[in-house]
Amino acid sequence: MIESRNLKKSFGEKQVLQGVDLTIPTAESLVIIGQSGCGKSVFLKHLVGLLDPDEGEVYVDGDRISNAVRADVYRIRMKFGVLFQSAALFDSMTVMDNVSLGLIEHTDMSRSEITKRVAACLEMVSLPGTEKLKPSELSGGMRKRVGLARAIAMKPKYILYDEPTTGLDPITADSINDLIISLNEELDVTTIVVTHDMVSAFKIADRIVMLHEGKVVFTGTPAETKSTKLGIVRRFIEGESEDQSVVTHY
Amino acid sequence: MARSGSIEGVLLGPIYLLGRRFVEFVAEFGRFGMMMGRVVSEVGDIFRRRDLFFRECVRLGTDSLPLVLVVGVFAGAVSGWQLSYQMEGYLPRDLLGPGVFKSIVLEMGPVLTGLVIAGRVAASIAAEIGTMRVTEQIDALESMAISSTRYLAVPRIAAMTIMMPILVVQANFIALMGAWFVTTMFLSFTTAQFWGLVPNFFHVYDIISGLLKSCFFGMSSAMIGCYVGFDASGGAEGVGTATIKAFVWSSIALLVLDYILAMILF
Repeated sequence: MIESRNLKKSFGEKQVLQGVDLTIPTAESLVIIGQSGCGKSVFLKHLVGLLDPDEGEVYVDGDRISNAVRADVYRIRMKFGVLFQSAALFDSMTVMDNVSLGLIEHTDMSRSEITKRVAACLEMVSLPGTEKLKPSELSGGMRKRVGLARAIAMKPKYILYDEPTTGLDPITADSINDLIISLNEELDVTTIVVTHDMVSAFKIADRIVMLHEGKVVFTGTPAETKSTKLGIVRRFIEGESEDQSVVTHY
Repeated sequence: MARSGSIEGVLLGPIYLLGRRFVEFVAEFGRFGMMMGRVVSEVGDIFRRRDLFFRECVRLGTDSLPLVLVVGVFAGAVSGWQLSYQMEGYLPRDLLGPGVFKSIVLEMGPVLTGLVIAGRVAASIAAEIGTMRVTEQIDALESMAISSTRYLAVPRIAAMTIMMPILVVQANFIALMGAWFVTTMFLSFTTAQFWGLVPNFFHVYDIISGLLKSCFFGMSSAMIGCYVGFDASGGAEGVGTATIKAFVWSSIALLVLDYILAMILF
């Protein structure tokens, strides 16, 4: 279980998180939605200890990761797999090297065991036989899949997805959604997805949380989200600008 | 804070600015110190990941050799030519060889090689790590519980500390050859005149001190390149700024270090 308590974070004058309280039970598939710049990605980075809050704490299975000593942070991070928005593959490495890096660094597995594990992970993301390719040879969707293979290679307990479908065409985006669901079922992991893609959110989520101006303003199941009367959520789902005067006339 | 339009603002503005710059400098120095602390605490890892260390030795060291040799041969040739001009009529010609030897081994070899490395290596490290920073690759590394300092900075800094003296030895050799070549080919020196008194002025300490300096130069260039790269932000423009900053800082650091080490060693 992951718990964030009164999480606050500012960058200079800008208060990005203004007291986020959220509990994410084990095996849940949670989707965090919200407008660009509302603090979704910043919140996600706090969960894995890439950012430390100004106030508040994050606990992972009862261990505090926020403002913890480096050794503890690294120990807790071993429970996580993260898929970044840009996939963040290491440019200078092949797909094989990207996916196997965590295994080389953290396990005593032999070269052949690592090769088998990498092949299995690539099979899971429907990219078998791509071990020798470089990230520059992959399409956007393939890069995300390799990023996902890298995220699951260490058999994490929690998988975090930062905008997994952003920049992809609807069909590729849907295949990524299916992949997230199947990995969630096959690996029995806790999934936390940050997105503003509502199609994706409704498909993946057990629970949807909306962040607005650095605070949680809504929590509910996909059905509850669809039927909510809360204006801010409705506008977000329906893609309506708050300021109706911003209309260009030709 | 004083308003910019008021008299108070006009008078105090520069002081506020100076104060802010000073605080930023101290904060930056502190961050640099913290990164160096992490490098020192994780340096033992190069024995475990020797492959990373050797790869950087080749990439940053061996691949710099052609540039270092070109700089070395011309620097040697110029020093031979100019020293000959300066000595003419004042000092015996036999002293040209030892003069060139001393200036190359003690100063020109390490400093010129260091400056070339500052340009090539510090900037390339900053650009590479800076790009990794702005494309979230460093976050990805950290999220996999892999210390980015250990994985990226330690092998580069260790490689440059070891490779720099090796490059300097070769630069020194080729510079001496350059000086010998121009003085014997164009300035009517004989080989015996050039090399004759060199053994009399040869001190092992001169070589060792030059190489010791080069270790520090290599280390400082790589450290600055890594720090500036890790600190990069803001996309392509940020990476460009980091690259320039790495070159400028490492060049300045090298000259300051050269002065401090000269005071300590001689």
